Amino acid sequence: MAEWQPNSDLLTQLFRQEYLRMIAVLCRHFGLEHIETAEDIVSETFLKASEHWAHNGVPENPPAWLYTVAKNKAKDHLKRHALFEQKIAKDLQPVDIEAEKPFEYSSQFITDSQLAMIFAVCDPGNSNESQICLALQILCGFSVEEIANAFLTKIETIKKRLLRGRTHLRNCNFQITSLSKTAIKLRLDTVLQTLYLLFNEGYFSRTNDQVIRKELCSEAIRLALVLTENVLTNTSQTNALLALMCFQSSRLEARINDKGEAVLFNEQDKSLWDNTLIEKGNYYLVNACDGSEVSKYHLEAGIAYWHTTGTTENKWQQILQLYNQLILIEYSPVAALNRAFAFANVYGRQKAIEETEKLQLTDNSYYHNILGYLYESMDLNNAIGHYKQAIALTKSKAGKQTMQKEIDRLKKKRS
Amino acid sequence: MKEFALIFRLNDIADFKPTPEQVQERINWLAGIAAQNKLADKGNSLLPFPGSAKTVKNGNTVTDGPYTEIKEFIAGYVVVKAETIDEAVEMAKDNPIFKLNGNVEIREILKRD
Repeated sequence: MAEWQPNSDLLTQLFRQEYLRMIAVLCRHFGLEHIETAEDIVSETFLKASEHWAHNGVPENPPAWLYTVAKNKAKDHLKRHALFEQKIAKDLQPVDIEAEKPFEYSSQFITDSQLAMIFAVCDPGNSNESQICLALQILCGFSVEEIANAFLTKIETIKKRLLRGRTHLRNCNFQITSLSKTAIKLRLDTVLQTLYLLFNEGYFSRTNDQVIRKELCSEAIRLALVLTENVLTNTSQTNALLALMCFQSSRLEARINDKGEAVLFNEQDKSLWDNTLIEKGNYYLVNACDGSEVSKYHLEAGIAYWHTTGTTENKWQQILQLYNQLILIEYSPVAALNRAFAFANVYGRQKAIEETEKLQLTDNSYYHNILGYLYESMDLNNAIGHYKQAIALTKSKAGKQTMQKEIDRLKKKRS
Repeated sequence: MKEFALIFRLNDIADFKPTPEQVQERINWLAGIAAQNKLADKGNSLLPFPGSAKTVKNGNTVTDGPYTEIKEFIAGYVVVKAETIDEAVEMAKDNPIFKLNGNVEIREILKRD
């Protein structure tokens, strides 16, 4: 962004802050099928700002300037573009557009537009992968390169996913202009699931890049916060999800050391945990517990809560019970393996080996990682064998390093 | 994969209301099956108390539930997924009900297409 020299800081900041909002507002006006047009208009607006402000100085109210220019560009576009004329020809001809549909940008309208955008993007018909990509691009303003970095995937692959996702969105023609109660009810589960996946993509990221990880996590939190601002979406599940995100984020700093290696939970420096985020987590967890339901987000937030509190005697007992409930709501290999680890902490390693081996998740790296840990006190060779298999099965560099250290330690112990 | 109902029977009505430890053992057992992705239906407990159990017999004879006689009664059921009945039997063996001298009946579920 070197060409924005004169006010580059201000513009960069405004870009981050307003770009997506402006697109949301325009999309609400045009309909989601014209998202590309909205994106073009907003990009042109920022380009114009960089030129105009350099010559004429920064206007008194920069965001208002941006919205006004975008509004005018949109109007020009509407007038000129044949596609639009066809689509809304009957609305256009008799009345002046301005009188008909004023472009609003009150803060309430912006918030509503963002919410509508979230619901439009989180379409249950899209695969999880393309949904996260779309969310990152449309809701978080990530470039294709940034998304590819976060996923450790080729740019071409990401482009394809995005194209598929966008085509699907266009074909579905989700009504973004008036977000109905019914639409919200129908889609809220998908929206929460997408934000959950987005957060996990950051928290358990394939990349070692701390900056990307933090950005993914904080974007997921930002979007979840938008949901809490509307009565219809500020549900107990939304609050539980937000609590979970806060608790997990509080440990982001402590999970990776300065060499970029993963730090095991028990070895984390607790002074690096972010207490403000823990308190926020507590706040949303209390909000989530209105007695109406226990969702998987409630249970996971509960587990994360116990992890962030100091050591109490029955901590692992509590965590095990929460995992028991979680696995009864929804099976997943990760939950099964985490439950096995909690089981070991309550009933000891020997019993836990039996429980874990029943899972038979032999092509899962974490399965062997846990068995390596469990076998340490009984059978060093077996433990080392499992760690080796775990290393072979993981793509995470940090994970490989951590487990290699364990192997070296066990080998020393053996000799 | 086949499905099997595990039907739990107890002898003493006093055992129906478990202690907190027993609750924990039962849930651990159930979650252990769910963790293998082999729980088809977490089933239900069936109340054996007066007013909650009746039997209708031929000729519209209605009797109170099985608790009146001193014999075993069905306390509940779950449905598990397994390749063979032997595998289902192995799952049942770990159930804490045997500590109470109860028993488990395993029945393959007939699947209609």
